[in-house]
Amino acid sequence: MEQKKLAIIATKGSLDWAYPPLILGSTAAALGYDVEIFFTFYGLQILRKKLDLKVTPLGNPGMPMPMGMDKWFPVLGTALPGMEAMMTAMMKKKMADKGVASLEELRELSLEAEVRFIACQMTVDLFDLNRNDFIEGVEYAGAARFFEFAGESDICLYI
Amino acid sequence: MADFDQELDASGLNCPLPILRAKKTLTSMETGKVLHIIATDPGSVKDFEAFAKQTGNELMESREEGGKFHFLIKKA
Repeated sequence: MEQKKLAIIATKGSLDWAYPPLILGSTAAALGYDVEIFFTFYGLQILRKKLDLKVTPLGNPGMPMPMGMDKWFPVLGTALPGMEAMMTAMMKKKMADKGVASLEELRELSLEAEVRFIACQMTVDLFDLNRNDFIEGVEYAGAARFFEFAGESDICLYI
Repeated sequence: MADFDQELDASGLNCPLPILRAKKTLTSMETGKVLHIIATDPGSVKDFEAFAKQTGNELMESREEGGKFHFLIKKA
């Protein structure tokens, strides 16, 4: 049986949205898939050596809030200073309590399972990012490089 | 429960960690050896079925006991 291929584009850099590409990528690799993840725009944050991703209730009515705050808290309140830091701390604690892997761990497991990480060179230039800020083992390339693999893939996801 | 060669306690771990840990452990085992996995994630029941089906490793047993899920997987 020929090895199946999974191609993912990771475009978001918040704590919650960093999970799907890493969970799906690492799991697919464990199932025997050949996996490539192309990190572009805010998705590049997932490749930083030191991860400091945040989650925010701002503009996200689907986010469950503690103590029923989503029911009585005015929408504008989610923009208050400190709200993002508080929600991020609570989310991280909740994840640890429920045995959900940290992003660092999922990223490490993905690389161990030979998932290939490709960083969008254009975004690196656009935001004046430095390759030294990113983890080792990342390939830097453009859209054509993504299609080289994605064109042959069995599953292609945009996250 | 049938005999097994190695054990992996994935209790308290959530998706996809039980699968990732199981895969890692199986990689270090020889063909024909049996891995006993203990998990508490209810989603792992369907996940280990799917894992076995897609990787060719045989799911010999899957059962719940005392609030925990037990799986026996034979390495292909």
